Amino acid sequence: MTIAIADDLVLPRKRNRILSKFLGNRSAMMGAGLVLFFIVIAVLAPLIAPHDPIKPSFSTIRKAPSAIFWFGTDELGRDVFSRMVIGARASLMAGVVSVAIAVLLGVPFGLISGYFGGWIDATISRSTEAMLAIPFLIFAIALAAFLGPSLTNAMIAIGLSAMPIFVRLTRGQVLTIKAEDYVEGARAIGLPNFWIILRYILPNVLPPILVQATLTVATAIIAEASLSFLGLGQQPPNPSWGSMLNTAKNFMSQAPWMSFFPGSAIFLIVLGFNLFGDGLRDALDPREN
Amino acid sequence: MNTQASDIIIESTGLVKHFGGGGLLSSPTIVRAVDGVSMAVKRGETFAIVGESGCGKSTLGRLLLRLIEPTAGDVRYEGRSILGLPPNEMRKLRREMQIIFQDPFGSLNPRMNVRDIVGEPIWLHGLAHGAEKQERVADLLRTVGLIPAHGERYPHEFSGGQRQRIGIARALAGEPKLIIGDEPVSALDVSIQAQIINLLEHLKDRFGLTLVIIAHDLAVIRHMSDRVAVMYLGEIVELSDTDDLFDDPLHPYTQALLTAIPVPSPVNRQPKPLLQGDVPSPAAPPSGCRFHTRCPHAKARCREEHPRLEAAADGRQVACHFWREIQNAGSGALTAPPASPALTKRLALYKTWRERHDKTATPGL
Repeated sequence: MTIAIADDLVLPRKRNRILSKFLGNRSAMMGAGLVLFFIVIAVLAPLIAPHDPIKPSFSTIRKAPSAIFWFGTDELGRDVFSRMVIGARASLMAGVVSVAIAVLLGVPFGLISGYFGGWIDATISRSTEAMLAIPFLIFAIALAAFLGPSLTNAMIAIGLSAMPIFVRLTRGQVLTIKAEDYVEGARAIGLPNFWIILRYILPNVLPPILVQATLTVATAIIAEASLSFLGLGQQPPNPSWGSMLNTAKNFMSQAPWMSFFPGSAIFLIVLGFNLFGDGLRDALDPREN
Repeated sequence: MNTQASDIIIESTGLVKHFGGGGLLSSPTIVRAVDGVSMAVKRGETFAIVGESGCGKSTLGRLLLRLIEPTAGDVRYEGRSILGLPPNEMRKLRREMQIIFQDPFGSLNPRMNVRDIVGEPIWLHGLAHGAEKQERVADLLRTVGLIPAHGERYPHEFSGGQRQRIGIARALAGEPKLIIGDEPVSALDVSIQAQIINLLEHLKDRFGLTLVIIAHDLAVIRHMSDRVAVMYLGEIVELSDTDDLFDDPLHPYTQALLTAIPVPSPVNRQPKPLLQGDVPSPAAPPSGCRFHTRCPHAKARCREEHPRLEAAADGRQVACHFWREIQNAGSGALTAPPASPALTKRLALYKTWRERHDKTATPGL
């Protein structure tokens, strides 16, 4: 019955199908480029910033953009460009860290809830639904106000508010995957639940979660901006794009550059993460080849 | 334990599986997927379970492996009840009993490569490590007609037949004694079906396996199996040696199933008395004999009294009040009618031509 073919026959094999698909997607590459651009700025911020972002200078209050102050100055005479470069750190951190909190808490709950079912599922699902009943931003504001105003607390608040989405998404995916023959096959060889979840469930539910995570980074950056705008995020004098917008709103007609540049930065980074997430979703879908 | 028991590898007694009707909020409808099935599979035989879709044959297969817990009844593997076993012991036992699934596209984890898929049971049960494990995986792949270089690939890179071979290699990896095939070939192309059936038979002989084949294709069953259990609405209605069953079916349902097989004979074109109507819902099975709504021989007694599986000649079992009467009436036996004179004449002509042709075509041999 065995077929006589040389064992050392090397088969041609497509490597990194996902990567090549992603690289071929123009809008995804643009998104990745934008995200990378802002990450580089955030990492190299102290080297890039031409002026002190914190120290007021009363001789240069609300100057329009010029060769010295590229994006103009704010109401305390600080360079808007320098503040934005330093503020990129807070905004990116807020986006990534809060989503990390949401994923690290939400995905395990979703896995347990979907896989084991029964009263565990009922408890987790009802709690999640209760949290989802409160609008995302309202919930984040309430949590941030409760924890006290600081960037760290804002990230925790945003992470906890974004968590229920991940619990539900993961649970739904697990319910689909759990019904597959290969999961039953894993039980049939006697694989313990821990390994079934780790090897069979998690890798198969991960792609939509990854996509949701990149899209949520964008939401979280907006949420941080909103919290900072309300004074619940980054505390003065430290900059973040949201808190810069917060003060800029008072000078909309006198100094529009104060709001234009941070607003554009938020727009671009959110666009970047959204394009990146969409591209990731298309690349990870094995049915589209 | 008597001497016979050692011959039995797996048996079920009064096995029942009902779905639904459990909690406060769930649907009150109870689906009686498997309702009181008692059967025993002898070591080394190929045992077939056959029936229409929805008759509970796949559920029965999963109950035998304890992939789902029964509502009532018992499953004994090598004389030991497996239902009360603690999770750890059950996991060890799972090495000896394996399953091959129907759908080759859903039965392999798309995120694992073939080497990991086939090697996992070896790793899990600590049968081999490192290079020895890789050698075993390569051996298994060769055994099922693949090449070791395929190990690096992922399931989506294979055809249905190849995937089924991977599934079989994985099932063999734990060195099982019993393999349950849940319609192992029905999703495959007919030409591939034969290959997989031959492979299973070859493996059965080589490794001394016991096969339980769940199927709805009678041709596959006749070819492969030693004994057949015919299921209807969650119950076994007839259990018999394969040859006896096909030559002389006792239960009217079995007779109906066999009548439905197309006979390749040009003179047998008259309409056949096929089964009327659909299978009744297992959520509301008919009273008395479950087959009475579709049975051509149904009498008043069939509506009221549920027939038990009773012993017939040659170790056969049948669940019908009137099987003796039906058998004496001579209905249902599958015999091809004698060929017409014209066909006989043509066949004779062809035969003589063939012989002459063979002689002239191969003079040297």
